[in-house]
Amino acid sequence: MSYGEKHIGETLLKVDNITLAFGGVKALSDISFEIRKHEILAIIGPNGAGKTSMLNVINGFYHPQQGRIEFRGVERRAMRPHLAARQGIARTFQNVALFKGMSTLDNIMTGRTLKMKSNIFQQAIYWGANQREEIAHREVVEKIIDFLEIEAIRKTPVGRLPYGLQKRVELARALAMEPDLLLLDEPMAGMNVEEKEDMCRFVLDVNDEFGTTIALIEHDMGVVMDISDRVVVLDYGRKLADGTPAVVRANQDVIDAYLGVSH
Amino acid sequence: MTEIELPPAACDTFPKLLERNRKLRPGRPAIREKNFGIWQTHNWGQVAEEVRDLAAGLFSLGVKRGDKVAIVGDNRPRLYWTMTALQALGAIPVPLYQDSVAEEMAYVVEHAEARFAVVEDQEQVDKLLEIKARCPLLEQIVYDEPRGLRHYTQAFLHHFDALQAEGRDFNKGHPDFYETEIARCHGDDPAVILYTSGTTGKPKGVILSFDNVVKTAANGVKLEKLTDREESMAYLPMAWIGDHIFSYGQSYVAGFCVACPESSATVMQDLRELGPTYFFAPPRIFENILTTVMVRMEDAGWIKRRMFRYFMALAKRCGSRILDGKPVGPGDRLLYALGRVLVYGPLINTLGFTRIRLAYTAGEAIGPDIFDFYRSLGVNLKQLYGSTEASVFITIQPDGEIEADTVGKPAIDVEIRIADSGEVMFRSPGVFVEYFKNPEATAQTKTPDGWVYTGDAGFFDDKGHLKIIDRAKDVGRLNDGGLFAPKYVENKLKFFPDIKEAVAFGHERAFCAAFVNIDLAAVGSWAERNNVSYGSYQELAANPKVIATIKGHIEQVNRDLAVDPQLASCQIRRFLVLHKELDADDGELTRTRKVRRGFIADRYQELIEALYSDAPTAYTETEVTFEDGRKGVIKADLQIIDLDVAPVAPPLRKAS
Repeated sequence: MSYGEKHIGETLLKVDNITLAFGGVKALSDISFEIRKHEILAIIGPNGAGKTSMLNVINGFYHPQQGRIEFRGVERRAMRPHLAARQGIARTFQNVALFKGMSTLDNIMTGRTLKMKSNIFQQAIYWGANQREEIAHREVVEKIIDFLEIEAIRKTPVGRLPYGLQKRVELARALAMEPDLLLLDEPMAGMNVEEKEDMCRFVLDVNDEFGTTIALIEHDMGVVMDISDRVVVLDYGRKLADGTPAVVRANQDVIDAYLGVSH
Repeated sequence: MTEIELPPAACDTFPKLLERNRKLRPGRPAIREKNFGIWQTHNWGQVAEEVRDLAAGLFSLGVKRGDKVAIVGDNRPRLYWTMTALQALGAIPVPLYQDSVAEEMAYVVEHAEARFAVVEDQEQVDKLLEIKARCPLLEQIVYDEPRGLRHYTQAFLHHFDALQAEGRDFNKGHPDFYETEIARCHGDDPAVILYTSGTTGKPKGVILSFDNVVKTAANGVKLEKLTDREESMAYLPMAWIGDHIFSYGQSYVAGFCVACPESSATVMQDLRELGPTYFFAPPRIFENILTTVMVRMEDAGWIKRRMFRYFMALAKRCGSRILDGKPVGPGDRLLYALGRVLVYGPLINTLGFTRIRLAYTAGEAIGPDIFDFYRSLGVNLKQLYGSTEASVFITIQPDGEIEADTVGKPAIDVEIRIADSGEVMFRSPGVFVEYFKNPEATAQTKTPDGWVYTGDAGFFDDKGHLKIIDRAKDVGRLNDGGLFAPKYVENKLKFFPDIKEAVAFGHERAFCAAFVNIDLAAVGSWAERNNVSYGSYQELAANPKVIATIKGHIEQVNRDLAVDPQLASCQIRRFLVLHKELDADDGELTRTRKVRRGFIADRYQELIEALYSDAPTAYTETEVTFEDGRKGVIKADLQIIDLDVAPVAPPLRKAS
């Protein structure tokens, strides 16, 4: 297929010399890398390498003892998750974190909360401007439902869905925030081959259609090498390598620590 | 409801019918589509405008009289409109199965000599791009859904909106264009080419004229008294003749509304939201719905379950009789009315059948239990028999004369005769023109005076209802000359939930014998409830109680067969329960789960020999392929059971 050239822009988020410790345990030491606009960046590494900690630092859940983070060229301090969300950083979780009793539609609507102007009392009355606002949000949500092809489960309680679909609903909720930066923590873990292929296609489509920058953690090397523009490799809280999939795959340190050799 | 006036003879093409609907009922809904979760309705006036612009757009793109145009996608209003727009220009739409792989698509596109294709989305565009090199005649591709296609730069790709906008401009400059074009088409022009699914050999392109489709659709409307108030749902493939008649032909003739589901996965929910009045589904869909109901009833509370059981037993006793207008006692009538409030009403509402006036099923035999279930609830479900070559209707069950095992009486203007070989033949206004570029096949199927061989064997019963028993080529003869219809017998067996598959033998043999496969889900759940323990499929299948149950089922089938003198010879005298499930991975079934009789006969030769000997058991070793590709061997000693046959007119005693 003749795809047009993809335009990877300037730096969107930059982490500089991040060090994060829990008591005596150093989860991350002296990590620096950047995420550029419109790219898909994969963070890989063995168990306990600090991948999820890294995402937690980026979206303000953990506070690093050292280092600085720049988002859109502005250094941020005292970051909290809800502030990160307001700035346009959305994420999904390794263990699906949805409201199990609520329908798919309602779960995705929660992703719009930050964008709503009316308060809970106005919404309860549901009249005039509030009604119009809700309809506008619903429209956005319906477009996402269409995009991720989950029409059939629109009204199904999320708890009743298979795992692969729950992951997709979680992605939908993150997309409902219309984020600039989307953090995906193992979006394909525990999926079968077909579900993985679907998810890959959705990640690529989101990146292409909405221009969303994506940072994802993934263990399936086939997936990582296929869809990412750049790969950052972590091991025991240190950064081992950073570059295009081809460069990373050839890096001896990475092979020793993580990829292994085929015998 | 008042009967509608059928279109006059001058309205002999779909574009003309559309203009008639625009004048008669411009504000009535014509087609609905669910988009972003909301039903969007287009009325006849709007549809006529859309089609007018589209026709001019296609003309600007270069579509000429006589061109074939491939149409690929799910049921979408725009694809139906494309058909009418092409017919307005005198071009011939060729709808393709949307799930066919590139390979199959290449054959049809090439064979049909399609110069253009109008498709739904990226998936279909990709397939066409893949085959384009092999189909040199294919020039331009139009797509409806732009998602994912932004980076496709090929000049021969056009977006539907752009095409229609161009047509709009063209029409401004040429206000008489459309009217002149549609006046040039007549009833005997080819309207559509439908490719048969091709279970045997390459698909054949069936050419149907406007007269074929319009007249047959009108006859169907007349017979069932359909009006422009009907609502139906278009969810079966557009390449299939049934959809072409039910969702396109009859909708244009009667002026009723057709709804396109949001996606193929949401059909059941959309059905419930819409509540159609006119519905078609193959037996398996009715079966799936019934299974869902039964499973959910098992999980319901005690009171609900008791109520459901009581009223379903009542419905079984008198529901169908009430629907057929037969006499029913006042007590039962009163109870049935109560049942309607408490059980039947809510149940059919959940299924989306509250407003249903007419439901058809066809394609294969439907189990009598399934059939009776819907009829006893008051859903007027009827069987019909048809084919692409007939523009669907050959026979339809008339209201009030419904038998689960016949396909009814000839439809309006249809003549039927049974050939000496037992094959069913028909002649009707719907008889196809010819197979495209295949005169030999046309000559084989259609006689010069317009009779068509269906390939099915059947006969008329004493009430004048047609009974289809099998494919004509599968029907054999027993040694004593008795008729042997394997599929008829197998279907009767498979209607029992305990029996998953059955294979009948008997051609050029002394009597009819069968292999039976138990249904692990049904028999397994019986075993659980009755404290029967088993370690494997093989062990369960060999359980004496299971074999006794199966024996009971087969005796029931034998009794049913004995009633019919023509089929009494098919009674089963010996059978065995197979030690493994027949499986497509082992080549025993096709991918669509049809029994491959010849292959099975070879593979289990020693078992068949044992069936036709006096042996009480048979030993077998079978190589099987596991799901991960490994191979293994299953060994078993199978018990062979003898059965008594019910006495019938031809005095044949047991051969063994």
